[in-house]
Amino acid sequence: MVNRIDQVFIELKSQGRKALMAYVTGGYPSLPAMDRAVREIVKAGVDLVEIGVPFSDPIADGPTIQFSSQKALEGGITPARLFDWVKTFRRTHETPVVLMTYMNPIQTMGLASFARRARTAGVDGVIVPDLIIEEGGPLEKALGPAGIHLIYLVAPTTPPPRRTEIARRSRGFLYAVSLTGVTGVRRALPKGLGTFIADVRRRSPVPVAVGFGISDAAQARQAAAQADGVIVGSAFIHRMKNREPLVPFVRSLRRALDGA
Amino acid sequence: MTGFDRHSVPLLRDLPDVRGYFGAYGGRFVPETLMAPLVELEAAFRKFRRDLTFRRELNGFLKNFAGRPTPLLFAENLTKRLGGPRVYLKREDLCHTGAHKVNNTLGQCLLAKRLGKKRVIAETGAGQHGVGTATACALLSLSCEVYMGAEDMERQALNVFRMRSMGAKVIPVTSGSRTLKDAINEAMRDWVTNVQTTFYCIGSVVGPHPYPWMVREFQSVIGREVKHQIRDYQTGDPDALVACVGGGSNAIGLFAPFYDHKRVKFFGVEAGGEGLRSGRHSATLCTGRPGVLHGAYTYLMQDDNGQVLGTHSISAGLDYPAVGPEHAFYKDSGRATYVAATDKEALAGFKLLNETEGLSAALESSHALGSLPRLVRPMKNSQSVVLCLSGRGDKDMGQLTGILHLGSSDPKNT
Repeated sequence: MVNRIDQVFIELKSQGRKALMAYVTGGYPSLPAMDRAVREIVKAGVDLVEIGVPFSDPIADGPTIQFSSQKALEGGITPARLFDWVKTFRRTHETPVVLMTYMNPIQTMGLASFARRARTAGVDGVIVPDLIIEEGGPLEKALGPAGIHLIYLVAPTTPPPRRTEIARRSRGFLYAVSLTGVTGVRRALPKGLGTFIADVRRRSPVPVAVGFGISDAAQARQAAAQADGVIVGSAFIHRMKNREPLVPFVRSLRRALDGA
Repeated sequence: MTGFDRHSVPLLRDLPDVRGYFGAYGGRFVPETLMAPLVELEAAFRKFRRDLTFRRELNGFLKNFAGRPTPLLFAENLTKRLGGPRVYLKREDLCHTGAHKVNNTLGQCLLAKRLGKKRVIAETGAGQHGVGTATACALLSLSCEVYMGAEDMERQALNVFRMRSMGAKVIPVTSGSRTLKDAINEAMRDWVTNVQTTFYCIGSVVGPHPYPWMVREFQSVIGREVKHQIRDYQTGDPDALVACVGGGSNAIGLFAPFYDHKRVKFFGVEAGGEGLRSGRHSATLCTGRPGVLHGAYTYLMQDDNGQVLGTHSISAGLDYPAVGPEHAFYKDSGRATYVAATDKEALAGFKLLNETEGLSAALESSHALGSLPRLVRPMKNSQSVVLCLSGRGDKDMGQLTGILHLGSSDPKNT
């Protein structure tokens, strides 16, 4: 069975379009509200859905996702409930679902058990922001046979030869971190982003998606220029927190990307 | 029993291995952004630890600035009171700044200077590492910012003032449990953001490789001195070493130089809070399970879903849900034994040392003292034990005035 992530990137490429991936924190502001939000934004043009499985100590996340993670945990969200949600979502949607979580919740569940449950639920990929390639072997071995992609991150501080090595190990796509820092809305993306992304893309056998700090349509267009897609997270959480509508935002991102 | 036979037990020089592992524990679980600086730091440490100029400079500061070597005191009255083995106290409380933390901050800040980093950040719980970092930064003309849990800032107001008086900026951390764990989270986020200009000076044997190893090496001066100083009193090694364990840096500093001396027993004392069954404690090795926090695979206090649990201890310096990976390895391999002392036992330990020796220990070290009567019970009078008096109690006097005054008159009787 072809992984849905691969399928989406192939389709988009054939249409000459860039991927729009949206991050939402699992169970924020509540599981039903998150479910409604995901269905809404997928309908409005999101190509891939990234669901954050909250962790108590998210060191790669800025204040926005720290807040939503804490709220979701207080609301009683667990990995089990999120697997159940994916299962339900799969009855109606073929949209790729990528889980974003830290190493400890996976470790605690057990790598094999995590992979089995993710596969049964219909998860397509996993992003672990505190997992580097040197430590990733065991999780690759668990997820690989389950047909789930382990997506690695590459950062502006990554030396060029290492970029090649990470790209070679990443499955589905490569997550290029746009800036030196944590997740969260920024006023501007760093200078030299285009050069960094172009370099990474040249080295990568898999598509490259850019994330961290992408807050609006203009930034999405800028980030996507040299890439295969963009990932928007905190900007969605921010709107959910303020009860602002998501659909117009998705449409503006979509227009920016399709015009890029 | 432990799965380690004589021949498979690694020597200290093989700990950690090239990947930063102590047995199954340690490693690097960090955002990719930090990988390059960690590799840079490891290379720098490998180079400068053998560099004569660097070592001479560090040793000079340890001697003339920090006041090393610290004495090894035979605690005669305490020995008599306990009626067991001879008890020696390693007087880290006499270090400049009042605790062993300065051994490490001088080393790391000198390294920061060699790496050309102008800005140093640190996290602190009890404030001793913050004060140690602020001190080293003032000495070496580096700018210093310290992350400290808002709750800890209240508990340790005196140390906040000391840091500020040395020009350091103290940043309150209001996320999560508002204690040491969250201060480390914030420091790591700062480091991820400002990695080009900033050196992260970690205060214990925790964090991603090379920190647990590097901090151990800087703190091993404690055990190396003891090895030498014990000869003023007796011919052989001490029979047992005792130290409190939060992250575990004073304990590793005392233990590691004796690691290959298998006859020397190690006892680490964790914070038992209100008792292990109460759930309100910080006894990670006594009750936790392996997991990943702050860049290392180690024992953690966590729930069934892998969420890190809130901790409690009367001492801010031990109020931490993880522990150094080398301790996790010592536990599993049976090299060290870890026990817990409750808040009450720590207070009893604090009183015991005051009354017998006229020494006021920090609340952290008071945990080691609190469990000492139990630990020496099976030992013979001809034996000896060295306890690391990791810090002095001045910083805790405000807090203690309230507790010892308000609580029932004698904590030993409650």
